[in-house]
Amino acid sequence: MSAITHHIPEDMMAAYAAGTLPHPYAMVVAAHISLCSECRAALGAYHAVGGALLEKTANIAVTNSLKSNVMAMLDAPVQPKPVYDSQGIYPGPVMEALHGRSPRWKTLGMGVKQSILSETDSGSVRLLYIPAGQAVPDHSHNGLELTLVLQGSFSDETGRFGVGDVEIGDEDLEHTPIADAGDACICLAATDAPLRFNAFVPRLLQPFFRI
Amino acid sequence: MPVQAPQMSQATVWLVAVRDQRDKDAFGALFDYFAPRLKGFIMRSGTGAAQAEEIVQDVMLTVWRKAEMFDPHRAQASAWIYQIARNRQIDIIRKESRPIPDELAQDPEAEPDASQILAFDQEAEQLKTALDLLQPDQKEMIEKAYLGDLTHQEISVQTGLPLGTVKSRIRLGLNRLRRELKGLR
Repeated sequence: MSAITHHIPEDMMAAYAAGTLPHPYAMVVAAHISLCSECRAALGAYHAVGGALLEKTANIAVTNSLKSNVMAMLDAPVQPKPVYDSQGIYPGPVMEALHGRSPRWKTLGMGVKQSILSETDSGSVRLLYIPAGQAVPDHSHNGLELTLVLQGSFSDETGRFGVGDVEIGDEDLEHTPIADAGDACICLAATDAPLRFNAFVPRLLQPFFRI
Repeated sequence: MPVQAPQMSQATVWLVAVRDQRDKDAFGALFDYFAPRLKGFIMRSGTGAAQAEEIVQDVMLTVWRKAEMFDPHRAQASAWIYQIARNRQIDIIRKESRPIPDELAQDPEAEPDASQILAFDQEAEQLKTALDLLQPDQKEMIEKAYLGDLTHQEISVQTGLPLGTVKSRIRLGLNRLRRELKGLR
């Protein structure tokens, strides 16, 4: 695997560690950290700050019964929550969003496919499949878009992005990513607003495709 | 040889005893130390006392059940518990499963490396000292970013500071923390 050169920016990592990053971005950050030991170490440093703050937080006494309740529950059998391990190119947090199944691809035309993992009013996160040599539909964003490469690579006006790299696009970035030769490029993409496609998918069809 | 060998932090000793011996006395000690801190921490993000106790219970049970995942070579006890608390808090309050990275596999053959564990523990102590040396406004911003369930946007509404100022103050605070840590090393 080639070395990861595009990482999670510091303020985003701090927000993820603090738990304040919106869910779609948090999934991209968690998936990136699964692939990137440098950012895993950075997250550890932010957790250390969180731990120090926790230790220095003013105590508030818990009710007397809480400890005896907890002690009594230690040996109770528990139904473990399913743990989703990484599978192939998909890190654990993506497998969890997929409920352990393979992505259900929906074609967008020209060989480009997507599989929506979650979509709410506050944002969406999806897998994108782009055949080698194919352009991702020319688009700009209303808000912030994070794109993590899981397979293959793509290049655009700002550089080349390989497996593990994260591209951060804000509203000013109008770019045309093109999948490089080789394997089809598969990305995890999160936005806090619908993408605006400038060509390829007419604006009128966007609600239909949910992009 | 140092005159007095540095000791592993008490919390690390308890947590390792819970992990390796399923030691309930050690767990009780962990509970006594962390439960009131967790309650204070969770209530600072606007959660009521009753729900805060539910979350504390959930966090402490998770500590017991997931203790096998604790690796003192990778995280301090307080950092590990902080991360569990944040995950449980978000799952319970937002009713969504917070995405978390794949766990790194532990090497069962690996021998414990006391110097690395001690280095982590000392870093935690130094961080606490450094927090006390921050300017009050920097400390307040870092506490709000970490303890409150608040986005940067929401902090600026609450404090009446523009977003840029909040971000730069958090960054200044974090940079200052790093410098203090270097100075203490």
